[in-house]
Parts: sequence; C-alpha cells; structure tokens
Amino acid sequence: MIFNFKLLEYSLSSLWRRKEKNIALMIVYALVIATLGSVLLLTHALKTEALMTLSAAPEIVVQRTQGGRHELIPVHYAETIAGFPGVGKVTPRVWGYYYDSLVKANLTLIGLGGYHEQLELLEGRLPQAADECVIGAGVADAFGPQIGNLLVLEDSSKRRSEFYVTGIFRSRSNLLTNDLVVLQEDALRDFFAMPDGLATDLTVQVYNSREISTIAKKIAYFLPDSRPITREELLHTYDSLFNWRSGMMLAVFVSALMAFLILAWDRATGISAEEKREIGILKALGWETSHILGAKLREALLISLSAFIAGLLLAWFHVFVLGAPLLMPLLKGWSVLFPTFDLTRGVNLYQLAVLGCVTILPYLACTVIPAWKAAGSDPDDVMRG
Amino acid sequence: MILHPGILALLSGSALILLMLLVAGGVALRILRHWNADSGSTTQLQLERQTWLVTTLLKYAFGFQIITLFLFLFTLDEIHPLFVGAMCATGSLNANLVGWLVLLVKIGLVFAAAFWLAVNTLDQGTEDTPLVRFKYVTLLLLIPLVALDLWLQWEYFSGLRPQMITSCCGSLFSAEGEGVISTLTGLPVEQGMSLFFAVVLLYAGLLLASLRRRAVLLRHGLFVASVLLFFVSLAALVSFLSLYIYQMPSHQCPFDMLQGHYYYIGYPIYLGLFMATLFAMLPGLCRPLVKTASLERQLESCEPVWLRLALFGLILFLVTSCWQMVFGPLILLGY
Repeated sequence: MIFNFKLLEYSLSSLWRRKEKNIALMIVYALVIATLGSVLLLTHALKTEALMTLSAAPEIVVQRTQGGRHELIPVHYAETIAGFPGVGKVTPRVWGYYYDSLVKANLTLIGLGGYHEQLELLEGRLPQAADECVIGAGVADAFGPQIGNLLVLEDSSKRRSEFYVTGIFRSRSNLLTNDLVVLQEDALRDFFAMPDGLATDLTVQVYNSREISTIAKKIAYFLPDSRPITREELLHTYDSLFNWRSGMMLAVFVSALMAFLILAWDRATGISAEEKREIGILKALGWETSHILGAKLREALLISLSAFIAGLLLAWFHVFVLGAPLLMPLLKGWSVLFPTFDLTRGVNLYQLAVLGCVTILPYLACTVIPAWKAAGSDPDDVMRG
Repeated sequence: MILHPGILALLSGSALILLMLLVAGGVALRILRHWNADSGSTTQLQLERQTWLVTTLLKYAFGFQIITLFLFLFTLDEIHPLFVGAMCATGSLNANLVGWLVLLVKIGLVFAAAFWLAVNTLDQGTEDTPLVRFKYVTLLLLIPLVALDLWLQWEYFSGLRPQMITSCCGSLFSAEGEGVISTLTGLPVEQGMSLFFAVVLLYAGLLLASLRRRAVLLRHGLFVASVLLFFVSLAALVSFLSLYIYQMPSHQCPFDMLQGHYYYIGYPIYLGLFMATLFAMLPGLCRPLVKTASLERQLESCEPVWLRLALFGLILFLVTSCWQMVFGPLILLGY
C-alpha cells in the first residue's frame, strides 16, 4: 500500500489543502534539522582539515620537559635518537609564537630547516639572507605586505626587526601555513634570543609506521626528560576532541528538537473540524481505520523527508557557502587570529544516517498517537458535528 | 565517549523504541485484562480500536530497531580509529566486550519483532482475531529485551576508553589459538565450501518445494534449514567468503566489508542473509499457532509472499557474497 501512487497523491493533496499549517511546521522542522546538520557537517569538515594537516606532520615530535613544563631541547639529543634502528632523519626545529599587538594576531615563526619541503610556494623564493622571510597567505592579508615589501616585527628585547618578504606560502591545507612566517634559522635564534645548541623540538622520521610506538617508548626510556608525541596520538586527540565538541553541541540543540516535537505533537493532535469531516466522509466511503492511519502516517513521512532535504541543503549552504558564521566560534578553537580558511566540502553517509536518526525517528514516533486518535473517530459522530 | 553524535543518536533511538513499547505495553495490559471477542460493549470496541495503535507503534518500533542495528554497526566502524590497535568494528567491539552482547541482543530483537509482526498480520487478517492473548503476552515479553538492549548499549559506550589498546580482526579471526572462531577460520576452504553450498542447496530446494506444495513437513524442514543457513553462512563469511571479498588469502573479518572502501558490500550481504533466514522461518514458526480455519486461510495467503521474500533474500545474499568468488581474480582452490 505504501507504494500506491494514488494514495501518495492523496496524501500530497491533503497536505496542500492545509498548506499554511504544514508549511509553517516544515519551516520550523527544517530549521531544527539545519542547526543539527550544521554541527555535524562542520565538525566533519574540521576533522578532515585537521587530518589533512596532520598527514604531513612528522611521525614523532620530541619535546623536552623540565618540572612538567615544555623546555628547549638540546640538539645533541638528535644524534641519540638517530642511532635507534628504524629511525630516518631527525631534524631539530626552531620555532615559536609571536603576538602582534597592532593587528592583534598570533603568528607562528619558524626557522627554515628541513621543514619547507612539505609546503608549496605560491610565488617568490625561500629566504636566503638573515633579513628575508616568507609569509603565509593569512599573514599577508592581515599585515598587507606583498613580495619585496618589509615585514616589521618586534624581537624579544622589543627592538625593531625588519624582514623583506621574498615569497608567500600556500599549501594544500590552509590551516598549516596561514599564520606562518618562515625565517632563516640563525635569524630566528637571534630574534627569539635562543641559545645555540638548543631547539624548540625535534622531528623524527620513522620508516615503518608499525614501529612508531616502539620507537616513541625507546626515546622516552633513553631520554627520560623527553616527551615523544606520535602523529597517531595527535590524530586520536583531534578526533576525540571534535567528536566531543559536536556531541556537546548536539546535546544542547536537542532541547530545540524537543521543543519542536512538542509543537508537532500539538499541531497533530488539534485537528480542525474540516479535517474531522474529511475523515468521516472517507470512512463513510468505506475506508478503514488502518487506511486513514496509513494516510496520516504517510503525510508525516512526507513532511519529515521534505524537511530533512530542505534542512540538509540549508546546513550545507550555512557551512560551506557562508563558512558557518553561527557555529565557527564555538567549534573551532580560541586562537586570537584564526585565519579564514575554506572548509573541505563533503557529506558522508554516516552523518546522514545520524542526522536522520536524531530528527526523523522522533518526529515519526510523535505523530503515531495523534494520527491514531484522528483515524479512530466515528464517522457518524463526525458528520453530525 | 557518550558525547559522540552517533552514540547519542543510538541511545536516543533505543530510548525512543523503549518508550513506544511501554506505551504499547500499557495498552496490551488493558487488552489482556478486558478482552472479550464475543462482547459488543463500548469497552470492547475501544479495545479493538486500540489494537491499531499497538500495531502501528510496533511496526514503527520494529523499523527503528532495524535502523539502529545498522547504525550500531556503522558507528562501530566510525569510532574504531579512536582505539589503538583497532582496524574495524571488531576492534571497537573488543574494546569493551559488552559490545558483542549488544550486537547479539539487537539481532535477537530484530528476529523477535519480525515474528511478532508476522503473527499480528495473521491475526488482524481474520475476523475473529484468535491470537490476541498470545500476541499481547509476547509483546510484554519483548519490553524487557528492549530495555536490556538500551542498558547494554549504555554500559558498552560508557565503558569505552579512547586510550584503550584493543585487538583487531587480524588477531581475533585467525587460525591460531583456541575456540570456535579460530576453528572456523582454520577450516579448510574446500570442506567449508562443500558444507556451505550443501546447506544452500538444501535450503533452496525446500524453499522452492514449499512454494509449490502445501505440506506442513516442508515448512518445518525449511525452518530447520534456514536456521542452519544462518549459522553456516556466518561461518562461511568468516572462513572463506571474506577472503574472496577482500581478495586477500589471510584477511578473515566479517566487519571490514561494511566499510566504505569495500563499497559497503557488507550491508546488502547481511540484509540478504537476514531476509532469507527470517522469511523462511516464518511459515514453520507460525504453523503451530494455526488452530482455526480463518487463521489457516490467512496463513495460506501470507505464505507465498514470505517465501518469495525469502527467495529474494537468498538471491541477494548469494549474488553479493559469491560474486567475487566466481568473477574475482583470487583463486583459493587449485585446479
């Protein structure tokens, strides 16, 4: 009976006859779905972005801790680690954060040292002298310099340092280079007043991905004051963090869903006199309770499917076209200048299944009892008024 | 772990099913207490009207149960990257062993609910509805099962710890070790295949015979054959069908095939197997309940539909699971 097109047509025309009521309901429903859908789409896009960023990350990053705090790591640790079987290149990295009070932005300053291979240069060339730098697209937008212009920063003793911009970076994932300023390593040591023989951290290349955790354990054993962080751990942390955030947001928005369900229940219970007469006439024509119940439930299914599609499209538009202005500050993080970046567009089947389960099932369940009550009315009573 | 969107959807879905069943259960109690088919009183008329409510609630709850079973599998796949050592749903299930129980209860519920709906279809198709009491007593028995499902899911998901080191399918579904699963995976391919195809032939033969003849014995035989088919097929999936699906002579996992990079082929495979088992069991299961002529007529009109659905399920299962065995490049048996 579900696949009978005449009955489908009847349900559609019945919905159309009460269009004011149904359209209002559908708009609210679609908005609720769009809100929940935006949360799911946005977290998925952020997860994908983080995953892409981390896919280029080194297998292990080794930091040194002292008194539980992050400290500079001696460069000679690299030799110890490079001696472990299975370890490829060990590169000391010099980098740090820089807060610019003028443009109110946090920049990442990094020394040129084995890092640049992963990045595509959009235009220009890498720094070759101590007073040259390459900047990320976000920095170029915030500060306004172009290639050949000067970038002026204050070093650790508040002295003015000038760097000529020789290139602007853009890599596959925007997150990676947006706030980046690349200097020559010695220039950066001067800038941060970092002593020679020390680095911010070490990156370790591991040939066989199955050996990563063993090598991390070895590093922690032989260099007890070091803290190895594997790429897998970072990925897990990001995954759990985004799952947690989106779950939290969903839990908050479920209250909106509840409010909507109460509205839907109310709407479905209070059937008009006209509707009652219609049911009476149908029954007098020979429709059984089950037929009317079926018609009512089909109407509910039509409403929820159309609202689902509309809500999903709205969510897509909100997240991928507008850049999720309503949710971004809550889900993304709290960096002062988080560079704008394009989200990777995509919807996966799992998100659709979850969204459908959260929104369609309760609505359908909510309409069963009102539909049954309407279908159960006696034709005689109804037609007499 | 609870604050994962998929887990929230699963828990709320199961809570919804429980709520619907509780409402239906309330009505069922009233019906059991006051039902009198011979009476024409207002109470009886009201009760008869309420049976429609129960039926609709149960149909929805059953539909939702199927959806949550698949969503559960999907979620297991989705959360496996959170566990160290997990590579598919097996790892997620091993991270907290209650998960296996959840899977078992969910599958059991789908079968139980389908049986209930079949009995209901039989009963409502007759004028005198002779199965009312049986139906509502079994409905009341379903409620604790649904509650158990919800509770176990809560236990499972709240017990998951992301740092947990778990084992993947490669170590569970391997021939080394002891127990049923390693016996299955260690089974020689040739013997496994002969057993599987013998059971499929037996099942198909009985199914086609049942479509043509009305003998009760055939129905009972088909019931036994479908139970056999279910377990033998699951074993075959682990022991050799998975090898063909993954095109790898050492990869024996019944869950990996549900993932996107195997084109979600596992879903039609399991759907086909469930359909083939369920619909072939129904005629044999419902037979002992048929005591009146009206039920007899109703069963006779339902049976062909069920049997055809079972046939469709079998074809779907065989085509999707054996396609690679016939057309794929991997050859396990020598010439």
